[in-house]
Formats: sequence, structure tokens, C-alpha cells
Amino acid sequence: MGGRNPVTWLGSPAFPKAAHEALADTQLRRNLRKATTTIRTKRAGVVAELDDWERLRRAGEAIKDDVLANLDTYLVRLEEAVTARGGVVHWARDAEEANRIVLDLVRTEGADEVVKVKSMATAEIGLNEALEAGGVHAVETDLAELIVQLGDDRPSHILVPAIHRNRAEIRDVFRRGMAEEPASDEPRDLAEAARRHLRRKFLSAKVAISGANFAVADTGSIVVVESEGNGRMCLTLPETLITVMGIEKLVPSWQDLEVFLQLLPRSSTAERMNPYTSVWSGVTPADGPRKFHLVLLDNGRTATLADQVGRQALRCIRCSACLNVCPVYERTGGQAYGSVYPGPIGAILAPQLAGDLHDEQAASLPYASSLCGACYEVCPVRINIPEVLTHLRAEAVQAKGKRTPEALAMAAAAWVFADPKRYEAAQKAGSLSQLLARDGRIKRLPGPGAKWTDSRDAPAVPKESFRAWWRKNRVQRP
Amino acid sequence: MFSARDEILARIRAVNRPSPVPIPRDYERTRTVPDVLALLDERVADYKAIVHRVAEAEVPDRIADCLARRSASTVAVPADVPASWRVPAVTWLPDSPPLPLAELDTVDGVLTGCAVAIAETGTIVLDAGEAQGRRMLSLVPDYHLCVVRAGQVVTSVPEALTRLEPGRPLTFISGPSATSDIELDRVEGVHGPRTLEVLIAT
Repeated sequence: MGGRNPVTWLGSPAFPKAAHEALADTQLRRNLRKATTTIRTKRAGVVAELDDWERLRRAGEAIKDDVLANLDTYLVRLEEAVTARGGVVHWARDAEEANRIVLDLVRTEGADEVVKVKSMATAEIGLNEALEAGGVHAVETDLAELIVQLGDDRPSHILVPAIHRNRAEIRDVFRRGMAEEPASDEPRDLAEAARRHLRRKFLSAKVAISGANFAVADTGSIVVVESEGNGRMCLTLPETLITVMGIEKLVPSWQDLEVFLQLLPRSSTAERMNPYTSVWSGVTPADGPRKFHLVLLDNGRTATLADQVGRQALRCIRCSACLNVCPVYERTGGQAYGSVYPGPIGAILAPQLAGDLHDEQAASLPYASSLCGACYEVCPVRINIPEVLTHLRAEAVQAKGKRTPEALAMAAAAWVFADPKRYEAAQKAGSLSQLLARDGRIKRLPGPGAKWTDSRDAPAVPKESFRAWWRKNRVQRP
Repeated sequence: MFSARDEILARIRAVNRPSPVPIPRDYERTRTVPDVLALLDERVADYKAIVHRVAEAEVPDRIADCLARRSASTVAVPADVPASWRVPAVTWLPDSPPLPLAELDTVDGVLTGCAVAIAETGTIVLDAGEAQGRRMLSLVPDYHLCVVRAGQVVTSVPEALTRLEPGRPLTFISGPSATSDIELDRVEGVHGPRTLEVLIAT
């Protein structure tokens, strides 16, 4: 066991270099701008329908904090409930152990092909590659995952992994990768081609693999939220179902789902409710799989839990709202982050799960942000992403082992971001610091900033904070 | 050597974890709406499902209309739907004994009831209870005709969850199957039923 955590992709360049390359791709930027603009507008609309949205966010935050506070108790409770209902629970310390457990289970069933529901956990651990190496082909059944798989591509978004591809590109991928020729590049025809391509697989598959959006500790109920029905196919038709979930995906009680089934669809696909949500508890006689295995995955989560600032990233419910509002993500796309978790949440989650501050690529991710705070504003579980970003920057700098001016500046920034009021105040103070500037440079900052300007000039702070400018300017664009 | 289970639990217990916080549940449990059935109608239709509001006594006639309009002549059905729903001039395939998957894949549609419907989100919930059958029944056929009774309709998500039994296999259905995977543009109809038709019986 041990070894490199595949949550970040081996050989990826550090973010600044990857971003530089991505920015040169004008097609990518056009595709991303169109998609993120659409979803931002729709999300704002469905969120505005609920006058208790802020109260739901606070409840979601508190429930997830309760999960983290009592994680051991709830995991054991979940294990008992799933076992009592005929499921089998496995525990995996890391990616390698989880992959081995799943491969062994598939082999026991004598299957050389499995159907898969889109799952971040299995993407994080590189399960498909591990299965392939063990002689088992994993068929991705989510439309976007299928596009990525057939195109021998990498995902670029948590919810819509093929968001970087437009319809014409997708048609080309399908023509090359499947026997079913799409009638046109209309999304309807592309979806129809995928339906025909996967139908036989669904009807004949013996083993399915899924992730989980939520697991209810009290009842052992697992929840998968989806749109296309590929999830229902995988969760219902095969004889054996293997679910891989991160240990933080718990909610304590059935009632807690009433919060997340409101927060998640509106934040993620900007719908009042996603088309299909499946809930099952263990095995149901004569309805669905006869065998159910649940693999509980650590893979860096307990180490993340130990970081008092960084652990709030474990509240994440993978909605991807933070990606859709991020000015950096909108321009670089997801692949520049070099991880299955891109965007603002990826910038704080991937380096923590990777757990190696000396990995230059992972350590560059917390810098993939302008700290504008839009991610925090939309997060349905109120993860203070700017706070964690500056905290991780400080850690990355300290890992270099010096009390450099940069290290001091990062420590000061982390303190500011820990409190939104301090942040707003600091931004205003930053605007005041223009008074000190001559020719657009600040020669010497007063107070705690002095150590920083001792060795360099600070650029003058613009009249308006980026956060304020972005809020004002972004929405009008087509 | 420790098992993975012991080691993960030990790692968690070694952490100085946050103190438990009280969970604020001051969000709305329900909402006041003038006409909950009208809201359900509007919200289900918003997903591009077909919705009709009918008097309870007219349900069999409307089932016959819906199936005739689609020329659906072979229709799967849970064995325990009300006898009156199995209208004449249709070949009914009751799921008892269980229909083979290959056969289910060739039928023209499926007719079921439901457990609960949520007006605010336009969601129908099936719990494998009366008139609903196994999960795959409402999944494999390309057309799903679903009868919702007025008494099964609630306004909000919290209200719905209190009516549901978590131990049962549950399927929340909000419109026909759909995808937003291409340019985040929603398209109805992928793997699940591409047409969902709902009769709200009052």
C-alpha cells in the first residue's frame, strides 16, 4: 500500500504553466463561457425561488460539520445498518486498496466487463485503469463520461466532465468510438446514439459500479442523484452492485436528506429536482441486485480531517456550483488543474487529498484563484474556499522551510480570509493603500505589510476590488 | 497488522475534531401555496412531461385515451394495480411472475401508481409499494404512464420524506430522463423512459 495518490494526474504541469497553455485555446474558452454562463443564470433563478435558501445552506453546513465531528460513530452505524440489510461493507485506506477490493469482487463474479455510474470517488482512485490492468473493462454510462472515455480524454468538470467539448466535437468522438452513427450534432441525436450504444450493455451486465451522493448512517440507505437513467439501469439491473464512497459522504439521519435534496439539484444542474434519485438499503428481495458491496474510502480524507482549517473541504457535496462561477475556471477550463477535482473546490481538495506539499503541481493549485470569493457565496454547504486557499498557500510556503517575507504575507492573508468581515475590510483598506502609491507602485507598506515591501514593491491596489468588479461586470456578457 | 477498518477509525479518533454543533432547522418544512395540485401540474409539465388533471372516476377512460393516442397495445403493469385501470383493448402484461428483462424491453409502455408526489419540485416518488412494482418496471419501457392521487400530493421535500420509509427501494422521478451533458443544454430522453405522462386524479 501507499505510493502516489492518483487524485492528481501524474506528469501534469504546475497550474501556471497548464493555465498558460489552456488560455491559448480559443475554442475551449468559447465552449466554457457559453456553458458556464447558461448554468449560472439558471442556478440564480431556481435558488431565488426558495426564500429559505440561506437557512438551508446553514443547515447543510451544520449537518456536515456534525458528520465530521462524529465520523467514527456514524461510519460504524452505517456499517451496521448496511450489514443488517444484507450488504457487505469493505474499508479501504487508499486508492490502491480500494481498487484491489473492487477488482477482486468483480473477478469473484466472473465478469470481464462492468457498467459504471458516474462517480467522482472512482475517478479519484483511477479505478477504470486499475480494472483494465486486471483484465476488466469498465464501461462509463453517463453521457459526458462516455464522451471522455471514447475520446481518450480527461474530465474537465465535476458534473459535466465533457464541458470543454462542443456538439460538433462530440459528434466526431462518437463517430470514431461507437458503431452507432449519430444522425446529426444536435444534442438530441447525440443522446439517442448513446442510448442505442449502451442499451445492450445495460441489459446484459452482471456487475455495476457506482459512487454515492449520500449515505444515511441510521438506516443504511444509499442515495444516487442523476439525470439520464443510466444510474437507475446500473443500480437496478445487474445481479451485483459495488458502491465506492468517500467516508465523508454520510448524513446522520433520514431527515437530513430533506436539506441536501433541496441544496444539491439547484446548485448543481440548476433544476428544482434532478430527473432521477435512487435510494436503496442493502438488498431488496426480488427487486434489484442480489448482492451489494459498499467500499468505504479514506484516500487522504482522514489526513484532511486533521487540518482544522482545511477540513471544511470535506463538507463538499460535489455540486460544482463553484466551478461555474469561477473567473479562473471559466478561462482555463478544468484540465489545467491536473486533477479530477478542478475549479475552486479542486484547488483546496486535490492538494489536501494528495497530501504532499513537496509535489510542485499539487502545491500550485491553491494559487489557481483570484480570491474573489464568488465560490464561497454559491457553495451550498458554505465552504469558505478563499480561507482554505490562503491557508494552503501559507502551508506550501512554509513547506519550503523559510520564514520568508512571502511566508509572513501568506500567514497574514490566511488570517484575513478566515473571516469574511475581515476580508471585506481588508479589501477596503487595500483601496486606501492607493494613497500610498506613486506611479502605480507602493514602495513601502505600513505595519505588517512592511516586511513584504522591504524586498519588493507592491503593485498599487485598484480603486475597486476585483471581487466588486467581477460581481458588477460578469453577468451582462452573453 | 491492523485492518483497514481499525486503521481508518483510529486515524479519525486521533484527530482533534470540532465539537458537535446544534443543527439549525429553521428552514421551511412546508410552504403555503394556493393550489397544490395546480403547482404539481405546472412543475411536472415544466420538465416536458405530459400532465392531465382528471376526476378519480374518469381515470380508466383517460388511461385508455393516453394509451390509444400512443398506439400502445402491449403494456406492462404491476400485478396489484386497481382492476379498473386495466382497460380493455390493451394487452396487459402483469409483472407476476416477474417479466423477463428482454420482454420488458419490448413492451410499448408501463402503467404504475406512486407513493408520494412533491408539488414544489414536480417530483413523483415510487417506493415499490402498492401499484408500483419492482424498480425496473418503471425504468426499462420507453413510456411511463403514472397515476397520482390527490391524497398522495405534498408541497415540499421535507413533507415527502416524512411520508417515505427509507428501508424501501425508492425512486424519485422528476420528468422524463434527461441530460445536460452537451453544452449544459438540457435534452429530454436518454436511458430512462423518454416519455412520462402523469394523471393527477382528484
